[in-house]
Amino acid sequence: MSLNDQTALRVVLYEGTGAQPLEPQQRYDAMSALLDQGFAVTRAVPDGSLPAADRSSLLVLGRFDGGRPPVAVDAQNEVDIRFEDIDGCGTSRIVEMVENVRAEQKAVKPGDWKPWFPVIDYDRCTNCMQCLSFCLFGVYGVDSGQHIQVQNNDNCKTNCPACSRVCPEAAIMFPKYRSGPINGDVVSDADLQREKMKVDISSLLGGDVYQMLRDRSDKARSRFSKERDADKALTERQKCLVKLAQAGDIPPEVLMSLPSPEEIQRRAQEAKAKAEAAIRNQP
Amino acid sequence: MSDKTRILYCNCTYAQVVPKPVKEAVLRELAQSDIGFEAVADLCEMSARRDPALKRLAEGGAVKIAACFPRAVKWLFSAADAPLPCDSTQVLNMRVQSAQEVLAAALSPGLEPNLPRGKETRPAPSELPAS
Ligand code: SF4
Ligand code: SF4
Repeated sequence: MSLNDQTALRVVLYEGTGAQPLEPQQRYDAMSALLDQGFAVTRAVPDGSLPAADRSSLLVLGRFDGGRPPVAVDAQNEVDIRFEDIDGCGTSRIVEMVENVRAEQKAVKPGDWKPWFPVIDYDRCTNCMQCLSFCLFGVYGVDSGQHIQVQNNDNCKTNCPACSRVCPEAAIMFPKYRSGPINGDVVSDADLQREKMKVDISSLLGGDVYQMLRDRSDKARSRFSKERDADKALTERQKCLVKLAQAGDIPPEVLMSLPSPEEIQRRAQEAKAKAEAAIRNQP
Repeated sequence: MSDKTRILYCNCTYAQVVPKPVKEAVLRELAQSDIGFEAVADLCEMSARRDPALKRLAEGGAVKIAACFPRAVKWLFSAADAPLPCDSTQVLNMRVQSAQEVLAAALSPGLEPNLPRGKETRPAPSELPAS
């Protein structure tokens, strides 16, 4: 199942007509615990409206008068709405109740995957396809108009922001990265000029291989087929990755999980071909 | 705060990039006030899943979002096909602002839209006028 086929469970803390307000401390404790478990929570107050429907299921929690929840009608029968009375329940009981409903409804189990993936700032992106050529894990692709897109964000290697370093426009963000501009802070001229922003993409991907792909001469082709050249390309790539790792940018686990030299070359060629095709097909 | 301006709080559950004391103080104050608001565990995770709730949150009118950098929040929503309107969105940055600053802005009557409206690059210090 892809990440975006999944439905979520949304919790509403209901304090409107027909329910007693929660104690402030109880409300904070419940919200904080549910958020820490990955649930979204809406606090609905008297006169406030309940959030409109979306693909999620709704679980409405409240201290309902007489323990009887109000009747809710979903005219389109699109949203699964469920009520639970939480009068007298402590925080852990509330979390348990919500978790049980989530499991019953087979809604997303939050926290199974750390949300680490590139986010493109299209105000800056020039559609140069460097990121698509660079990524060996198929995170990037193009839409029907040949515009760069993040397509497989769960393929991204957790804590690795390397592709943001190859973007000449500093258009790639990882919002959970520790520092700017990769975390989304304003890009400065100094960032664009800084040497470390400009990783030499060709050496990362084995510059010799690419050079040879571009240079269609027989001589180049025969050199490309020699193993020592492939080794050299890989060594260069590793040297560059080690440099990045030393700068604290690529976690050692990512370096350790790099595929075999042959696989790197295969994937690099595939990514390069995809990027070249996208550039060729641009309107 | 105008009746129609909503508040959305992001708990940044799956990373420690928002200082814990700041996010806890903001949530505590919001939860102990008398206003209704929406709280989500992690906007990044929702964006990755292209959660349709983001569309609902983006399309509901004026909103103040307590999360992180406005540029990141803008493109996280956009990546989920739920663009935030520049004219009616104010992002409060819990990574760099204090809890007091975030709360004062969240609970104040006005709205100061601050999403980037295009490519913005901060000039290098050497290009800034001498103070
Ligand atoms: S490298 Fe940067 S500018 Fe080029 S397509 Fe990727 S995001 Fe856009
Ligand atoms: S949007 Fe910002 S505050 Fe929210 S989860 Fe992502 S990085 Fe954390």
